[in-house]
Amino acid sequence: MKFPTQTAPLPEAQNSVRRVMLIVLLALMPGTLVAIALLGWGVLINIMLAIAAGLLAEALMLKIRARSVRPAIYDGSVVVLAWIFALCLPNLGPWWLPVFGAIFAVVVAKQLYGGLGFNLFNPAMVGYVVLLISFPEPMTRWGPAIDVGGGALNFMQSLAWSFNGVLPSGVGYDGLSVATPLDHVREQLTAGAPIHNATLSLFNSGHLLQAWNLWLGLAFLAGGLLMLWRGVIRWHIPVAVITGVLVMSGFLWLLDSAKHASPLFHLLTGATIFGAFFVATDPVTASTTPRGRLIFGFGIGVLTVLIRSFGSYPDGVAFAVLLMNLSVPLIDYYTQPKVFGHKQGKLQPNGAGEGGK
Amino acid sequence: MVKPPQLKVPQARFSFHGGIHPPENKTSTRDRPIKALPLMPRYVLPLHMHIGAPARAVVAVGQRVKKGQVLAQATDFISASIHAPTSGVISAITEHAIPHPGGLGAMAIILDADGRDEAIEPMTPWPDFTAQTPTELRGRLREAGIVGLGGAVFPTAAKLATGSAASVHTLILNGAECEPYITCDDRLMREQPFEIVQGAAIVLHMMGASRCLIGIEDNKPEAIATLAEASRADARFETIAVPTRYPAGGEKQLIKVLTNVEVPRGRRATEYGLLCLNVATVAAIYRAVVLGEPMIDRIVTVTGAGIVQPDNFRVPLGTKISDVIAAAGGYVAGTDRLIMGGPMMGFALHEDDVPVIKATNCLLALRPQDRPAEPAPQPCIRCSLCAEACPADLLPQQLYWYARAKQFDRTVEYHLFDCIECGVCSAVCPSHLPLVDYYRFAKTELWAAERDQSKASLARTRFEFRNERLERIKTEREAALNKKRQNLATNTAAIEARDAPAGATVGTFDDAFGTYQPQPVSAPAAGLDTAALVITDSAVAAARARAKARRAQLDADRAVQAHANIQIDAQEATEEPAKAQAEPSKNNPT
Repeated sequence: MKFPTQTAPLPEAQNSVRRVMLIVLLALMPGTLVAIALLGWGVLINIMLAIAAGLLAEALMLKIRARSVRPAIYDGSVVVLAWIFALCLPNLGPWWLPVFGAIFAVVVAKQLYGGLGFNLFNPAMVGYVVLLISFPEPMTRWGPAIDVGGGALNFMQSLAWSFNGVLPSGVGYDGLSVATPLDHVREQLTAGAPIHNATLSLFNSGHLLQAWNLWLGLAFLAGGLLMLWRGVIRWHIPVAVITGVLVMSGFLWLLDSAKHASPLFHLLTGATIFGAFFVATDPVTASTTPRGRLIFGFGIGVLTVLIRSFGSYPDGVAFAVLLMNLSVPLIDYYTQPKVFGHKQGKLQPNGAGEGGK
Repeated sequence: MVKPPQLKVPQARFSFHGGIHPPENKTSTRDRPIKALPLMPRYVLPLHMHIGAPARAVVAVGQRVKKGQVLAQATDFISASIHAPTSGVISAITEHAIPHPGGLGAMAIILDADGRDEAIEPMTPWPDFTAQTPTELRGRLREAGIVGLGGAVFPTAAKLATGSAASVHTLILNGAECEPYITCDDRLMREQPFEIVQGAAIVLHMMGASRCLIGIEDNKPEAIATLAEASRADARFETIAVPTRYPAGGEKQLIKVLTNVEVPRGRRATEYGLLCLNVATVAAIYRAVVLGEPMIDRIVTVTGAGIVQPDNFRVPLGTKISDVIAAAGGYVAGTDRLIMGGPMMGFALHEDDVPVIKATNCLLALRPQDRPAEPAPQPCIRCSLCAEACPADLLPQQLYWYARAKQFDRTVEYHLFDCIECGVCSAVCPSHLPLVDYYRFAKTELWAAERDQSKASLARTRFEFRNERLERIKTEREAALNKKRQNLATNTAAIEARDAPAGATVGTFDDAFGTYQPQPVSAPAAGLDTAALVITDSAVAAARARAKARRAQLDADRAVQAHANIQIDAQEATEEPAKAQAEPSKNNPT
């Protein structure tokens, strides 16, 4: 009897890229829901537009590159990319922000490098940074959906705003938009107010901005813990990012607490938690060795605080991630784990020389 | 899984990095006792069913042989003899399909059984093996064709010979059997613990070792209990339960788990005072030494949902796999895959008309519905699950990256050759990449490059040697020529001096060679033998003879060189397959 053959091993396929991506999407849910609840339908519109544009761009690029389209679309990686990217966008931005950013992320940052697994830079962050640099004004259109007098838009109103820039009568854009905490602090500091007043004025402004960030952070933390529990990510990177943020901001704060925000402020504002669990942990662009991940994450944390404190952009996470992406090949090379039998302190062979090469 | 009520054996104190726990799939055969197979009409015995040099046939076609008779003799230090599994007539010594991943054939002795199963006189039984010297016992193992039955099929006599020089203190018996589906060692341990313990005692005696650790995965509580009981009287023995985690049965992994010693690549366990043998191997040692029986059979697990009645058999070597499958009730309809070995490290057979060899521990038949649809490989997302599971602490994702890009020097920097090809990385890969195939590919390419390089350096040496030789001949010839010219010049000068008036200077007549410098002749050369200047017939003949001899010498040189080249090529040709087979299976976990 003759048989077709296949090389061993013949593992049970318990895991797949698709499963990994689905878990990431599941983990994104709490944060997304909280974001929609606090920031309105604009968040969902951003996500949907980014996913649609991303999928189209991916399919088109795969066609051009003569690769099979179906598996790449079905593995869910584009959806995850677009989703994470869209969550970085201002909830009151125009429709073309997510569309353009997602296309740029997929076409340039992902497909031109060879598609899934071959990109050096985190595509979501590339898309975000390109928008930030190219369209600084639309990228500031943040605003809480609640607690603004009559400011909440329903889904249709949000669509109308996103696509046509039309607001319901009686609602002004100024009443909707507000500076993010990081922006607020930067503005106050630039104006010469000491940090103490700057952070205090946040609480006094009545916008519960701090709370907005806190709830979002907690929701993303929950999602991150889910990924940790399901073995989709490892603890090293999130812990190292947060440690890096705390260490760097703590150092600056101790140096001059009048000019620098407290470590807690840095931890709870902006994209710190989201970045630590969902952005920095992108396996393709992160370091893959245990020690390398610690270095990689710590670098992101430190750079984030430095860029926030001394740079002119609203948040530093995206730039920090891209800078550390660049260092990954080097980090991986120099942090290889000790191979079996080459660890120090093990028994030496009887009378023979040193333990192998 | 049922655990026996009281299991008073110690648990392993150490562990190894990574590993996985694939579905065990052992329930269908673990409680099936070992059965003998009926006599088959024909046996096929490949001359090469072990690591090392193939055995050399010592029987002729048409010759009648008896059970246990040597059919093929070990040819080298690392080689193993092959014996007749039953009595019959040698019908052919020819190329036959063998179990091989590439579906290749190899030289094999075909034995047509006569059904009488007559045995030759056994070798002298040595019930009191302590009366024999280690050298005598090693000779017996060699004579009996004993090889490691855990999967690596390395000749045991050679393995023990490397150990005795290095003062082995601990023997480790490998009863882990970590691959899914396989239960042949489990059954052996439960049914023949006495043979195992006695075999181990023989090895302890041979090596002068004082301790024997028996490592068994804790999913085989009966085997643990049986061996612990069988070895209770002997204080040198200790049975240790090893956590069930593939590849705990890899030699280096088991040594780590039991002793915390990490044997690096390129080192032998014996250098650390340790010797690791499979339980089935020591049972075979017992039979060879105490009973005088050569290795003519082995236990095979026939299993998988593609088999009607999965079972364990004691199979005479050379039995066709189709016959073994038939004894297990045959294939279930729809079976489309037959694997020799386990699902992790085994390989798929192209056909079942191949013999059971010393390495055949398991035959696994599967239907499409019994295994996942082979998913198409997707891109690596560098999730590094493979690195977490790798028992050798490698970074498989980096190895894959560089192997795929054919940057083989980088794969070496990432310790490619520490890979034991256990397949754990492929098993956990969410992208379903055949990672081990990439590593085998990289290894093969590197070996080929190494061979090319040594060939090139040999060619360069040859070329340099040739240039040097030509240069030498040229210089010698010129020197001879110069000498001749000098003589000629001296003589001419002398003649001229004799003819010319005294005190005259000899003119330059031959400066084309730039060797003859004009010199003042102070005095007429007296008594010059002008006869030397006369070219005689005999001188011409002598010169011709010299030239002829030189040419002959040159031709002879060339012939020798050509012959050497052929020999080198031939040697490489024989070394290549041996190396290719020896390397990957070095660390076969069982």
